[in-house]
Amino acid sequence: MQFGLSEEQILLQDNVNRFLDDNTPLDRVRTYAEGGEDADIWAGLTELGVPALLIPEEHGGIGLQPLDAAIVAESLGAHIAPTPFLGSAVIAPTALIAAAGDHGDLLAAIAAGTHRVGIAFGEAVAARNDAGIRVNDGLVNGTSMYAFDAEADSYLVADHNRHLYLVQADDPGLTRTHLVTVDKTRRNVELNYDNVAAQTISTDPEVFAAALDVGRLALAADTLGAAQNMLDQAVEYAKQRKQFNRPIASFQAVKHMCAEMAAQLEPCRSMVWFAGHALAELPDEARVTACHAKAHLAEVGQFIAKTATEVHGGMGFTDLVGLHYWFKRIGANRQWLGAPEFVREEAAVLQGI
Amino acid sequence: MDLSFGPEYDDFRAEVVNFLDQNADKAPKGNDLRGNAAKDWQKLLIEKGYTCRTIPKEYGGYGAEPDIVKSRIIAEEFSSARVNAGLGGQGISMLVPTLLEMGTQEQKEQFIRPTIHGDMVWCQGYSEPGAGSDLASLTTSAVLDGDEWVINGQKIWTSTAHIADWIFCLVRSEPDAPKHKGISFLLFDMKTPGIEVRPLVDMTGVANFNETFFTDVRVPKHQIVGERGEGWQVANAILGHERETLAPANTAQTRINALIELMKQESVNGDALINNPVYRDRLMKLQGKVMAMRFNELRILSARLNPGQNPGLARMITKLEGTELRHDLEGLAIDVMGELGLAYDDNPHLRNSGSWQREYMYFLGLIIGGGTSQIQKNIISERGLGMPREPKIEKAS
Repeated sequence: MQFGLSEEQILLQDNVNRFLDDNTPLDRVRTYAEGGEDADIWAGLTELGVPALLIPEEHGGIGLQPLDAAIVAESLGAHIAPTPFLGSAVIAPTALIAAAGDHGDLLAAIAAGTHRVGIAFGEAVAARNDAGIRVNDGLVNGTSMYAFDAEADSYLVADHNRHLYLVQADDPGLTRTHLVTVDKTRRNVELNYDNVAAQTISTDPEVFAAALDVGRLALAADTLGAAQNMLDQAVEYAKQRKQFNRPIASFQAVKHMCAEMAAQLEPCRSMVWFAGHALAELPDEARVTACHAKAHLAEVGQFIAKTATEVHGGMGFTDLVGLHYWFKRIGANRQWLGAPEFVREEAAVLQGI
Repeated sequence: MDLSFGPEYDDFRAEVVNFLDQNADKAPKGNDLRGNAAKDWQKLLIEKGYTCRTIPKEYGGYGAEPDIVKSRIIAEEFSSARVNAGLGGQGISMLVPTLLEMGTQEQKEQFIRPTIHGDMVWCQGYSEPGAGSDLASLTTSAVLDGDEWVINGQKIWTSTAHIADWIFCLVRSEPDAPKHKGISFLLFDMKTPGIEVRPLVDMTGVANFNETFFTDVRVPKHQIVGERGEGWQVANAILGHERETLAPANTAQTRINALIELMKQESVNGDALINNPVYRDRLMKLQGKVMAMRFNELRILSARLNPGQNPGLARMITKLEGTELRHDLEGLAIDVMGELGLAYDDNPHLRNSGSWQREYMYFLGLIIGGGTSQIQKNIISERGLGMPREPKIEKAS
């Protein structure tokens, strides 16, 4: 029995961390947040094999498992890195592998980093009243809100039947409008479809659900990384910052805030590991665990985002320190692919409760 | 990642499950440390190796090599079958491991067998009115007079002192030494003249705690564990272990499953409360936390089985998170029942024998006892996160 990361997994995470340490420091993230590009970051991660992680070797991938994607997501969250990882490296490959039919060429292009697939899942996860799509005779009409990412070459679109379609970003009927959100480390778009050609990927709701599970795991892991980083920053700041002639880290009021963050976060790491393992190996527990990981990390992440900011006092509220990028990323992860209340209800229904 | 324990352990689990199927009806209900049913059950469990498993045969135990996986399987299966897992009490859980580690041969031979068979009940004399979280500041004195210690002072929170045969007690034997180095660990008979026990009723209505007073209590010199002045190390040899096991996740799992059943059965205006979206969401939130704590324990177990694997802060946070979680979980059951949730003792409308209220309060006691949540947070921030200690306040002269 061994519950933990393998040597290969630790090595993978170290490699990704080293690249991100060098290439996505806060200043680089700010450049992206102010309208810059993420193509160079993605190109560098492509050299490390990140888009190829889940794709089988026969299609130019590495053929790893959801847990491997989760530990990369954790690193991306810690570094608040702008990348199309969630759609292109996690959800799209999972759906394309699970779907019937031959998608080898597209998987190979994703693995090579030459094609980015975005996702428009809002309709199937939680349809909101400003949006709505219809698919008839191979054509999509309507609107998807908060599709991700802004620079994708194609989008995997889910309708309310949980059917999946692929649309091309350069289809003349597709209009893509940037939607400003608080999270500037990743960009959302609104997609307006006017008779856009839709390639059917799957009409099996299970394919959508499998992709959603891994996507939720990746978001939970992203929050794990981001929250751990905020906690580390808070502890470090408290050790440096002096008031009343002593480091504020020596005040129990501050220490207890940090201890509460650590105490809530530590079990989350095991939860993400188990959920990743379950998606590959424990089909009976996989979906419930993925739901709980998504929802629980959303709650712990929210607590840490707030508390770590408070430990920084007024500086935490400024743009100067940049802590707000992590705060907002955690906030976005909470809402993406299902807010915690909806995801917990899914977990209940899955257990026959 | 490999969550299987292998066929040997699958067989062992099957054996435990089979034992429980065949014998569960013989298990005593409740927590009687003195009854014959409890002693008989204990004897059977020791014979089978389901309790006192690693205590050597020469001291009355089962004598198995330590195997944390088997111990865990036993705990899991007894918990999920909701069957009494054998005698508890601080003699078995704290003194026996201490003696095995630090006791003399004579002490092991004299005390371990009767203790684990329920013939000798112990109480623990650690806390004092003036020494709670700051336990090492204790002042109960022991002065050597010839071949005897003479003990004066007061202990508090002495669980089961009213029924105990003996006490293991921390006393200040070296008043001039620094506070952690002036303590000794003594064992003595509760029938010794000069001991007075006054019950202390707790909020659950039970008088399990006591105040215990010592007036010129004379104890033979050799009834000491470890050397003079080493009592703090002797006591701490196993204190950390006690904290980790106060609120295990498998029990939380058993309780949340019972809560789900309760919510299916209880209804308001004809609707089962499991269908009420507010209660459902609270339930699912807690289920997520229980799950996280279960996996946290897997990580601890794995780090024990695989030297070199770093458990991070996983062990340090279990007392804080585990006890708070249980208190919240029991509290939700009370909310679900509304006015019915207030039922207690012999109220005919009691659900699950009144365990929800009892455990709700009991776990508040555990949040405070065994190192309060606030002390846990000090430990996590100082030892876990490397934050500095609160500066010492100079003594006013």
